[in-house]
Amino acid sequence: MFETTLLKNTTLNDSHLLATYRSNGGYEALNNVLTNFSPEQLIDLVKESNLRGRGGAGFPTGLKWSFVPRESTKPKYLCCNADESEPGTFKDRVIIEKDPHQLIEGIVLASYAIGAHVAYIYIRVEYSVGAKILQRALDECYNASLLGKNIFGSDFNLDITIHHGAGAYICGEETALLSSIEGYRGQPKLKPPFPAISGLYSCPTVINNVETLACIPHIVSKGAKWFKEIGSVKGPGPKLYCLSGRVNNPGTYELPTGISLRELVEGYGGGAPNGKKIKAVIPGGASAPMFPESELDIAMDYDELMAAGSMFGSAGVIVMDEDSCIVKATLSMLTFFHHESCGKCSPCREGLTWVVKLLHRIDSGSGKSGDIEELEHLANGIFGKCFCPLGDGAIMALRGALKYFREEFIFHIDRGYCPFHKPYSPLMLSSEQRYDHSMHQWH
Amino acid sequence: MSSLLIASSSQTPDEYFHPDLRDQINEIALRYPERRSAVMPALHIYQERFGYISQQSMEEIADILDMAPVQVYEVTSFYHHFRTEPVGKYHLKICNNISCMLMGADCLIGHIQQILQLKCDETTRDGMFTLSTAECLGSCDTAPVMQINNDAYCEHLDAEKLNKILRSLENKIE
Repeated sequence: MFETTLLKNTTLNDSHLLATYRSNGGYEALNNVLTNFSPEQLIDLVKESNLRGRGGAGFPTGLKWSFVPRESTKPKYLCCNADESEPGTFKDRVIIEKDPHQLIEGIVLASYAIGAHVAYIYIRVEYSVGAKILQRALDECYNASLLGKNIFGSDFNLDITIHHGAGAYICGEETALLSSIEGYRGQPKLKPPFPAISGLYSCPTVINNVETLACIPHIVSKGAKWFKEIGSVKGPGPKLYCLSGRVNNPGTYELPTGISLRELVEGYGGGAPNGKKIKAVIPGGASAPMFPESELDIAMDYDELMAAGSMFGSAGVIVMDEDSCIVKATLSMLTFFHHESCGKCSPCREGLTWVVKLLHRIDSGSGKSGDIEELEHLANGIFGKCFCPLGDGAIMALRGALKYFREEFIFHIDRGYCPFHKPYSPLMLSSEQRYDHSMHQWH
Repeated sequence: MSSLLIASSSQTPDEYFHPDLRDQINEIALRYPERRSAVMPALHIYQERFGYISQQSMEEIADILDMAPVQVYEVTSFYHHFRTEPVGKYHLKICNNISCMLMGADCLIGHIQQILQLKCDETTRDGMFTLSTAECLGSCDTAPVMQINNDAYCEHLDAEKLNKILRSLENKIE
């Protein structure tokens, strides 16, 4: 039985409070580091653990930290990316709401490693409940001298500020996130220079995901060896998986990396409801191309998923059963990406507009022969030609659907209807029940 | 909402700069090395107070943060959360992204449209309800999900639950 680490406190009463966190060993890793570790030693420890970023790109965390030039006289910044917006992803929300101190301890440790004295948590506006819990946790830390000046009596100082997003998926992209904190439109910036050299206010900056930072205290407490021995060799550690869609037991699961997608969906998820067959599964949030049921034995591993043409992404696993329409699912995802396109580059801004138009046409039964080829043509004009990964992610989702479920698209076009569509029924409401605008009353 | 409209349309010179908001924003600006960074926090504060971001609010924020009004507009218009027009007292935001869609969000949207007699992005004539679709709210395991204003999510929605929620809001109005 796998012992949970990241979620171990979440089932406790008042798990969000400092007292609960501390009585379960919280902030001891920080105390240990501030007393016994140099920043370089901490970076080496994280490098040795092989921790890879949990936000989607999977970049090695210790390596990212080591890019920050120590000799630079500029201020350094740590930004926590809590803008979790990838459809199908809700793992960071669990940490923020249930164990915010785990995140804060990770932020302080990361800041110490890179020499930052100011950190920002960029949290999406919809997570208003989480933001309140997080702010309360920060206040608790300031009152207990765990933040501010001379943390644990050391000469290390750190201030953390929550920066509230305002409903823009693109701000999860690290350079867009920085633009947003700086007070500009949340549009990505050209790389290089990479943020580690020239990031927030043109100063050395590290951007880490919530779950990535939450791993740090445990790596300090239990050691790099412990971390490395969990799951995949090239991307080890405990991992949060988000299970949603047509699955019996949706939720957030902490399991090792490298677990098979089938075990996750059928074992932990309990398969599709009502004894239906699983048709397709998206392994890592909407940008990660879907797999058909026959491919579910693949390991949830950064490299293996990449080699199979998909990606680990945010580990947002979305299940579609035999009654789910792939065309509609694809339309839903592409509509999202189109809506969230920041408008900076034309392949994404204009290209996705046309992709969505075509998908709409096919979904509504008015598709024409040649539409699929046109979609592929558009995809070629978008993929690899965008300023940031948003457009690529959108096209990967589209291509994944066309690769395995082309017949469904053809069916929609040839027959002019959706075989999965169930006509909208007013559910359990009688038609007399209407809201009267002028009377503030129900009829 | 009506009092808000009055506040923003007929102001005496004394009220032109809301001193409490100015102080609050100045304090927030101290947390950033550049004052401009406080523009999003400022927009949140103004929207919270007035329900939306008026032209005047943008001018005030620009003045407080030493920005050009157009720079504040530039930011306001980029982020979907910031509104330049008032919405209903209860802004119903239903997620219709993939997981919620798979769990019947489209039916819920159809249902709510029928009850409230309005389309997405419309407000009831009495100014009480605005209906919108939301981008993934990050609660896919409790799909389908709705957020009202900026509050805690309404989860595992079905028609019956939705009816109850709408009725309880309607009772609050009276």
